[in-house]
Amino acid sequence: MPRTLFEKIWTDHVVRSAPGEPDLVYVDLHLVHEVTSPQAFEGLRLTGRGVRRADLTLATIDHGVPTIDREHGISDPRSRQQIDTLIANCQEHEITLYGLDDPRQGIVHIIGPEQGMTQPGMTIVCGDSHTSTHGAFGALAFGIGTSEVEHVLATQTLPQSRPKAMAVNVTGELPAWSTAKDIILAIINRIGVGGGTGHVIEYRGDTIANLSMEGRMTVCNMSIEGGARAGLIGPDETTFAYLKGRPQAPSGDAWDAALDYWRGLPTDDDAGFDFEVGLNAAEIPPYVSWGTNPAQSATVDGAVPAPGDFEDPSEQEHTANALAYMQLEPHTAITDITIDRVFLGSCTNGRIEDLRAAAAVLEGKRVHGDVHAMVVPGSGLVKLQAESEGLDEVFTAAGFEWRDAGCSMCLGMNPDILQPGERCASTSNRNFEGRQGRGGLTHLVSPAMAAAAAVAGRFVDIREWAD
Amino acid sequence: MEPVRRIEGTMVPLMRSHVDTDQIIPKQFLKRVERSGFGPFLFHDWAYDHEGELRPDFVFNQPEYQSATVLVTGHNFGSGSSREHAPWALIDWGIRAVIAPSFADIFRNNSLKNGLVPIILSDEEVERIAAVAGDPAAEVVIDVEAGTVTAGGVTVSFFLDPFVKHCLLNGLDDIAITLDHESEISAFEAARPGFKPSLA
Ligand code: SF4
Repeated sequence: MPRTLFEKIWTDHVVRSAPGEPDLVYVDLHLVHEVTSPQAFEGLRLTGRGVRRADLTLATIDHGVPTIDREHGISDPRSRQQIDTLIANCQEHEITLYGLDDPRQGIVHIIGPEQGMTQPGMTIVCGDSHTSTHGAFGALAFGIGTSEVEHVLATQTLPQSRPKAMAVNVTGELPAWSTAKDIILAIINRIGVGGGTGHVIEYRGDTIANLSMEGRMTVCNMSIEGGARAGLIGPDETTFAYLKGRPQAPSGDAWDAALDYWRGLPTDDDAGFDFEVGLNAAEIPPYVSWGTNPAQSATVDGAVPAPGDFEDPSEQEHTANALAYMQLEPHTAITDITIDRVFLGSCTNGRIEDLRAAAAVLEGKRVHGDVHAMVVPGSGLVKLQAESEGLDEVFTAAGFEWRDAGCSMCLGMNPDILQPGERCASTSNRNFEGRQGRGGLTHLVSPAMAAAAAVAGRFVDIREWAD
Repeated sequence: MEPVRRIEGTMVPLMRSHVDTDQIIPKQFLKRVERSGFGPFLFHDWAYDHEGELRPDFVFNQPEYQSATVLVTGHNFGSGSSREHAPWALIDWGIRAVIAPSFADIFRNNSLKNGLVPIILSDEEVERIAAVAGDPAAEVVIDVEAGTVTAGGVTVSFFLDPFVKHCLLNGLDDIAITLDHESEISAFEAARPGFKPSLA
């Protein structure tokens, strides 16, 4: 019976299956951060339970950390309490924590792959919806709530009903200046923010196979923005080459054994999916979101829609609400939208390749006088790598602020926030109302598009502008 | 968790689709280390203007809706962030069930873990109930065991997965259920391949 990658991983992790009950699924890696874990540890304390597998648990602090002046400590008392709580919980339960003084500290979804902890065929969970990022390695990775965090801490398993499998096939050559970010924005634009609900999406086709691991992570990262439980990409030589030699990747005989297993994981020919969608990569130009959810996007040569462009009344209302919040007139050309801020970072586009792409655009240019721009590397190691390549100098010479690693303005739980009415070109993943700061206006774009917007002070069609 | 068998009371309509968890409880309120106390911040950025003044036109601010126990809303409720603070805030405010045509997966799971019942009805049924909810005094009765919602003199059925229903009706702690299978977990662990990563 031919099976999909998803089915293979699922079957290999079912601890127990009983009719009428969700399967009990084993978790290979549990990632933990400061915001969604305190109540879970408190739950353990109240019930007298311990952490079953501290060796399969990795913690970091990312959401609430400052990205500047860290040597002065964390001034927000509530963030400090949350971080101190995580430190104490990790000490008590002997969980590995990459703290602020550790160069490996960074966004939870950047550090797992970076350390080689994220490997094909694993199950990975985290109290964070963008856990789908790790699916780029052919791992089944999904976000969970705090009660589930507690469940995994106590049992290293989760009862889960089995999601359906969906295939998104992207084929053909991606045009110059179109990136993994544009692929995923195009996909979400097609399927809608709820289009993947109840499904695990496998991204397939030669366009996906030709992406680097970093690009694959960008695609899988935003699976949740299409409502999917998880995103997956079949592991291949690109995956294995990325992993080889990383600190937590297997070595010696274990590497060979792992490789044997990994090679058997990709979806069999003829395996069926519950739902399939196809996209032609040649028709994916750079995208810019204009609304308040990631499906509300347009191609860079396009314009903001009018509510009347939609037939469905609820879609009309949704569009009207989004335009009102975003302070945009219907039919405004994307390239007529001016910006005040640029945020380059997040678990979507805070990796070294993203920084390189933006730096390449910025080389020898200056940020527009009305724009305040910042780079927040996804991890301490990304930051060090960028500095060793001299990228920090490119950014600072152009007028960008060069910050320390964290989630930063992706969600603005730390002091990095938009002010009401400030408009931002952001490489992050969510343009929800108030996401980057109350009243802030977020447009999601690729790193190169963000860098070009920083220089021009408005969105530009990078395909023409860069030449 | 307390058993949830029957929910009675009145309704509050919020007829928007794709209400995300960033709206239900904005990030500036996620810094608590407790599960309680989120109610006052429910829908904060819609409930207050930029000067911090209450917006009287927002339905959750209207005096006649203050004792509502059931939220009626649009498609894809609870999308986005996995924050369980969203159901905690709804519960803390007084909501016991949410009626919508569809829910985001993680929000649905998180709600069930806390005894907040997510009820999926058809678009027409939701619209009909939302119209009834336009009268803040209109009563609603949700019978979890029978799987029915009664409002405005009409009763409609909803589906809950039998296992989910069993847990709700009996207020089961699902960690305790899992720990009953300890020997199976240990057997699974013993057979795990040696190449899997470990921080030991
Ligand atoms: S960078 Fe943004 S999306 Fe990613 S984990 Fe942090 S807050 Fe969540």
